[in-house]
Amino acid sequence: MEELNLFIKSIFIDNMIFAYFLGMCSYIAVSKNVKTALGLGVAVTFMLTVTMPINYALDKYVLQEGALSWLSPSLADVDLSFLGLIMFIAVIASGTQLVEMAVEKFSPSLYASLGIFLPLIAVNCAILGGALFMQQKDFGSAATATVYGLGSGIGWLIAIVGLAAIREKIAYSNIPAPLRGVGITFIITGLMGIAFMSFLGIKL
Amino acid sequence: MLSKKNKEALFNPLSKDNPVLVQILGICSTLAVTASLKPAIVMGIAVIAVLAFSNVIISLIRTTIPTTIRIIVQLVVVAALVIIVQQFLVAYTYDVSKQLSVFIGLIITNCILMGRLEAFALNNRPWPAFLDGIGNGLGYTAILVIVAFFRELLGSGTLLGCHVIPQWCYDHGYENNGLMILPPMALITVACIIWVHRARNKELQELN
Repeated sequence: MEELNLFIKSIFIDNMIFAYFLGMCSYIAVSKNVKTALGLGVAVTFMLTVTMPINYALDKYVLQEGALSWLSPSLADVDLSFLGLIMFIAVIASGTQLVEMAVEKFSPSLYASLGIFLPLIAVNCAILGGALFMQQKDFGSAATATVYGLGSGIGWLIAIVGLAAIREKIAYSNIPAPLRGVGITFIITGLMGIAFMSFLGIKL
Repeated sequence: MLSKKNKEALFNPLSKDNPVLVQILGICSTLAVTASLKPAIVMGIAVIAVLAFSNVIISLIRTTIPTTIRIIVQLVVVAALVIIVQQFLVAYTYDVSKQLSVFIGLIITNCILMGRLEAFALNNRPWPAFLDGIGNGLGYTAILVIVAFFRELLGSGTLLGCHVIPQWCYDHGYENNGLMILPPMALITVACIIWVHRARNKELQELN
């Protein structure tokens, strides 16, 4: 039950885009049409779900203060948490590389349709941000962390597909010239964020 | 020292080639840390430092990096610098580092860094790369400060934590606009800045 609450919370209330602005660069750049937005959204969701338990294990069993005590009692006061950032980004970058190779080998058609988005995910802040929030929230088990990753990914997916759909329609509107393109995208995202704020009061 | 090309590397990012307004890089942190002025300034300084030094380091080793693994090399250099900055902030300005929470760590995936490393540091000598880093960092900081200025002033009636809106305004019914503190208004503030900026620089306007 607790996992379900966390899942819904991470999709709607703690939405990666509207509450924390993570993964904004690709969100603005790759939202011109729904199809590519969907592809990127699925890729991000997948990476968040896969890297979250790995980073969780890394944090719990290697990096935290006293985490190494399972190796030998003499290591109980070793604190490697300052290495967190570099380890997380290494996991994410190598994970992206592996996923890219696997997709290229087993499903060339999917690989062709995702194209450059796959390697770009390594520097998508949503993934590293997810890992850092996971560390901050101090989840009880790897399963909970995975649920959090999946939920955040789906929230990101919903946001980018929604924005892409609006931008496809807005092509027919007469927007003031200086606002065309990026400017109006920011305003749309802001309005979508205000709409998502209506989920704020919900207690789960 | 400051030839024409170097001057361009330093000053273009301030307005004509601004990383946030024109290159649309580093949006995440621009939006997230600007609810008040102090964290915005600290964040700006952190980004200037990391950007300038990572540019120099990558530029120094640019001939030895194999192109196939350059992204990982860049990430490692940036991550090491960010860890130094993070430890420094925790040591000297603990409360600000708490406020910035994960966003210092997220400098690693700040697109400005990867963007500048890829586009400039990989094909330029260390000194121009350093100037480019400083210039882009300053351009980023300028936007951060402008956004934070308006959000803090209108949202909480303070600047750097000092009350600037006099008490008699409140007595006559002035209210702080709480919406400005909330995340969505950051987007709309940036959109307004883009609007003004592009209205003044017509060549930047997009067709659609």
